[in-house]
Amino acid sequence: MLYALKIASRYLTASKAQTALLVTGVAVGVFIFIFMSALIGGLAEFILARTAGDMAHVSIQAEATNPAQLGEFPGTTLLVQAATDETATLRDATNFQPLIEALPEVKAVSPQVNGAGVLRRGTQVAQVSIIGLEPGRESAITNLAKYMVEGDAGLRTGALLLGKSLVDDLGLSLGQSVLVQSANGIDAALTLTGIYQIGSGGPDRRMAYVSLSTARTLFAMPQGLTKVEIKLNDLYAADEVAAHIRALTGLPAKSWTVDGAQLLEALKAQAQTGYFLKTFAMITIVIGVASALLLSTYRRRPEIGIMRAMGASRNFVIVVFVLQGALVGVMGGLVGAGLGYLALLPFPTRDAFRPGTLPMDITQGSYGLAIILTVIGAIFASILPARSAARVDPVTAIGQ
Amino acid sequence: MTLLTVTDLVKTFGSGETATHVLRGLDLTLQTGEMAALLGPSGSGKSTLLTILGTLMQPSSGRQTMLGVDLTIATDAELTQFRNLHIGFVFQFHNLLPDFTALENVIFPTAIREGRETLAARNRGADLLTRMGLADRINFPSANLSGGQKQRVAVARALMNAPELVLADEPTGNLDRASAMQVMQLIGQINRDEGTTFLISTHDEKIAATCARQIVVADGKVSG
Repeated sequence: MLYALKIASRYLTASKAQTALLVTGVAVGVFIFIFMSALIGGLAEFILARTAGDMAHVSIQAEATNPAQLGEFPGTTLLVQAATDETATLRDATNFQPLIEALPEVKAVSPQVNGAGVLRRGTQVAQVSIIGLEPGRESAITNLAKYMVEGDAGLRTGALLLGKSLVDDLGLSLGQSVLVQSANGIDAALTLTGIYQIGSGGPDRRMAYVSLSTARTLFAMPQGLTKVEIKLNDLYAADEVAAHIRALTGLPAKSWTVDGAQLLEALKAQAQTGYFLKTFAMITIVIGVASALLLSTYRRRPEIGIMRAMGASRNFVIVVFVLQGALVGVMGGLVGAGLGYLALLPFPTRDAFRPGTLPMDITQGSYGLAIILTVIGAIFASILPARSAARVDPVTAIGQ
Repeated sequence: MTLLTVTDLVKTFGSGETATHVLRGLDLTLQTGEMAALLGPSGSGKSTLLTILGTLMQPSSGRQTMLGVDLTIATDAELTQFRNLHIGFVFQFHNLLPDFTALENVIFPTAIREGRETLAARNRGADLLTRMGLADRINFPSANLSGGQKQRVAVARALMNAPELVLADEPTGNLDRASAMQVMQLIGQINRDEGTTFLISTHDEKIAATCARQIVVADGKVSG
């Protein structure tokens, strides 16, 4: 093996230009592989961060009382429901919270009391969804701390966090007092302690974050919760975890995929596109190496004949050519991975994606995988030329 | 002592109407330490005989034994190993590996067997090259050597594994008279010093005259 390696490396160094061209071809393939990995991975990360990353992967929400069906007539269904101001409540959710938090798939849990309300500032009124969060868990689901543009995300009693669009609409500034009125008709004067900007209209214009205790007061709910949001380590495990929580607690846990099926499909399609592109890059490498080594085999037929005449076995010849392929794979892989890494360096890191920049993620370049697959591909590509070399008839080859 | 025996050796290329009968029941025996010239006109079957004796080709029929081993029933792997250990080759066009130095070419047969270039092999290779008058060309790229030098390197390579038999196919056919005689003197010296058997195919009667025995092949048989 050691001697075969020497011959293989000598053959490669003897034809420097040809080897350089071959290594360059492989390196370009690896570069494309890494670039596509970083782009597809970064894009997925970017989309996830902008969508599923900031939302609950499993939600447990109190269901409103079902209206009674009185009867069905042609084209009409007659329902009746008693008028009530009572907010739908998860009465036992607080008891199950430690159980849910103990699940290994669960990353964070956010118990909430939510409801509709209005903000009043002088004569101006804005309808909002009031979200009551537990202090210390403000960024458990939506990373509010990351989106703060003024103030901080801490929800002390009496504190209020609003989106920048809503703040601009109402002409508010940090530290000002705002009157908040819930749908239950209860008022509270809260202080604007933080302004966030998520970047989408809904949360920036129609959400008002308060502390859980403030929300309990506003909605006259001393006990229970209206919603529990859960974030998972792997968002793709949401269906299984939701089913597990339902079985474990009896609570109506729902996976994000129920309402986000299209997003899930888009993410999967994107991942598949990435696999296709990377596969094509790998096929290019295999074809390139195979054709170059086949040419080399043909060019070195007389030498192969001499080797065989001197007592080199067919296996020895095969090993020489397979090692050539492996060396080309290693060199091309390392060069391509190095170039790929250098090319990705100027792009912003995954935490600093900004609109207008390519969401490349340098950490998702799959460098090791690219090198390993390239070496395996190059070895695979060299098998055909190697077998062809081993079949060379020494008598004919020496006579050439 | 008998080194090699071939009996009723037949080699036919092709079949049917296009069949070419090159060897037609050839018998030959070589003794250990012999230095024999193989003579005959072009197409007489000299090269085919050398190729078969060198285990690079199997005969169509007949029997070939060397050192008591029946080579006609050996597998390709067995023949390859036998060739490496017991047979050396010198070709008309030297057939060195162009990307290797003179020393690397010489020690090639041993390195293949041992899987690496050992110090002992390097020392023996250097000794052989010195005996060939190439002490100052040991680490020269073989592509940079003259024709005569290349052929002397080829002789050294053929002797590297101390084979019992060296087959030389027109070893001086591509050299000028001075270089040819120099190579033949070296071959003769090794034959005398080490008792290596040489079978040298040649058209040159002066070269053949340096050998103790002349074997003439005609019409696929040893004549006379």
